[in-house]
Amino acid sequence: MNSELRLLHSYAHARAGDKGERLNVAVFVYDEDNYDWLLRELTEERVEALFSHRGIVRAKRYSMPNIFGVNIVIDDVLQGGVNGSLNLDGHGKTLSGLLLSMPVMPP
Amino acid sequence: MTVVVGCGAGFSGDRTDAAVPLVDALLRYDAPRALMFETLGERTLAAAQLARLKDSDGGDEPLLEAFLSPVLGECLRNDVAVLGNFGAANPEAARRRVAGLALRAGIDDACIAVIQGDDVREQMYALDWQPWEGERRSLPELKHVVAANVYLGADALVDALSQEAQVVITGRVADPALALAPLRHHHGWAYDDWDRIAAGTLAGHLIECGAQVTGGYFADPGFKDVHDMANLGYPIVEVERDGSLIVTKPLGTGGLVTEQTVKEQLLYEIHDPSAYVTPDVVLDLTSVEIRQVGRDRVSVKGVRGKPAPERLKTTISFLEGYQGEAEISYAGPNALARAKLARDTLRQRLASRCPADMKSRFDLIGVSSVFDGDSSVWRDISDGLSEDIRLRLAVEHAQRAVVELATQELLALYCCGPAGGGGVRRHHTRRLKTASYLVRRDQIKPRVSICQGRSAREQ
Repeated sequence: MNSELRLLHSYAHARAGDKGERLNVAVFVYDEDNYDWLLRELTEERVEALFSHRGIVRAKRYSMPNIFGVNIVIDDVLQGGVNGSLNLDGHGKTLSGLLLSMPVMPP
Repeated sequence: MTVVVGCGAGFSGDRTDAAVPLVDALLRYDAPRALMFETLGERTLAAAQLARLKDSDGGDEPLLEAFLSPVLGECLRNDVAVLGNFGAANPEAARRRVAGLALRAGIDDACIAVIQGDDVREQMYALDWQPWEGERRSLPELKHVVAANVYLGADALVDALSQEAQVVITGRVADPALALAPLRHHHGWAYDDWDRIAAGTLAGHLIECGAQVTGGYFADPGFKDVHDMANLGYPIVEVERDGSLIVTKPLGTGGLVTEQTVKEQLLYEIHDPSAYVTPDVVLDLTSVEIRQVGRDRVSVKGVRGKPAPERLKTTISFLEGYQGEAEISYAGPNALARAKLARDTLRQRLASRCPADMKSRFDLIGVSSVFDGDSSVWRDISDGLSEDIRLRLAVEHAQRAVVELATQELLALYCCGPAGGGGVRRHHTRRLKTASYLVRRDQIKPRVSICQGRSAREQ
């Protein structure tokens, strides 16, 4: 990892939720001044790269400037959903942690 | 006028003592009050149907008495309406149980309503089905269907309250409807006053997961600290007639209500924030304003509503195949190398002994598990100093015997695997899966039935 890179976790908090095989991770900056930076760093392409090992096709990002957050929605990342997954975490509740492990250039 | 709603449970396995401080706090308001319990996740209803097959008096929420008995008497005596989807697959059984609890609390004339019409197993051929937007599966064959339930809206619950129900028991309803119903009832909002219905639905959405808005599912030490997590206060919403609302929690309880906790819950399980579809309204959250207005008090306003959808989401649960899980531990020097050797040996054994259509997955717990996908391509993790590794195997196949054979191969690692393997556990289950569809609203007929006192117990 480039020595200037940090984890997204240092600048943002997140919560994961699921419905069927669809996962959403809502991400919020701690410092509202970093919101534009978040939009530059947390792109759909980079989320897709981070989750590509789980066989996803695409990630959709919804911006919520009113609350300085974005909502990331990913289909089929749960590989069967809560009842059909072989993963210990069939809900994908831990995946907020995977998203926050994304390396970013500090704001 | 303010209407106040608290939420005493956010899922079927929630803390059963949370409602006590909540009801104490509700009783201090000089305003109409309600207490909701949300205990029905996507898969909970199917598990309840299976329980009902075994016991015709079962199939409601197993923790119903534990959730309700500490507070039911106080609620009934003080006009705190209680609404819960704890009827699950058997709302009538839940009514008998609630009536029994009321009698034990010395109240023999409790008015208890049951809402039905969500269970559509008997009508499946007659309904017009479309897949829900995130659904890839075709409709499962009827013989495998365990549960098929429509997410009902608040209409029937409002009816029940207007007939003076003190307790409203439902099966599947949209979770926020449990809060929207008392808000509509007391504020007199029309069903198509979309911005107000959106506000009431948002109020329910924010509290429906219990402590998730008051410091649960939130703490990250050093980044997001939460005090006294052992005594988290459960949420209360104070909702004005214009739809503006405040989220708070009982004084003296643990946890916190901040802009951060409210924002995280605002988007929880939401997809497009400009169009969150519920049976009662389509919510647009893109102009919501969230502001801390006091300690553990956060104001939320600005939600907009669009007309309710023509179709209602319906979740179908069905049995499909078997899952097996088995684990073994390796610890001490070179544990990771031994665990990897065990994994590779086991993979080789399964490849030669089990059918090619068996799905399998391997985790090295303590090194790499929940983030990985099901493929055998593991993310690069440096060896480090891991010294306590648990190898986990998970498999799925249509036949139970195949699944048992696979986990037995892990068991055999005791004698045939690397040095020092121990602590094997094996577990096999029938797989209960869910898929979601949309049905036409006009084909669904919610029903309210009201019983009072002893007759409710004998229904």
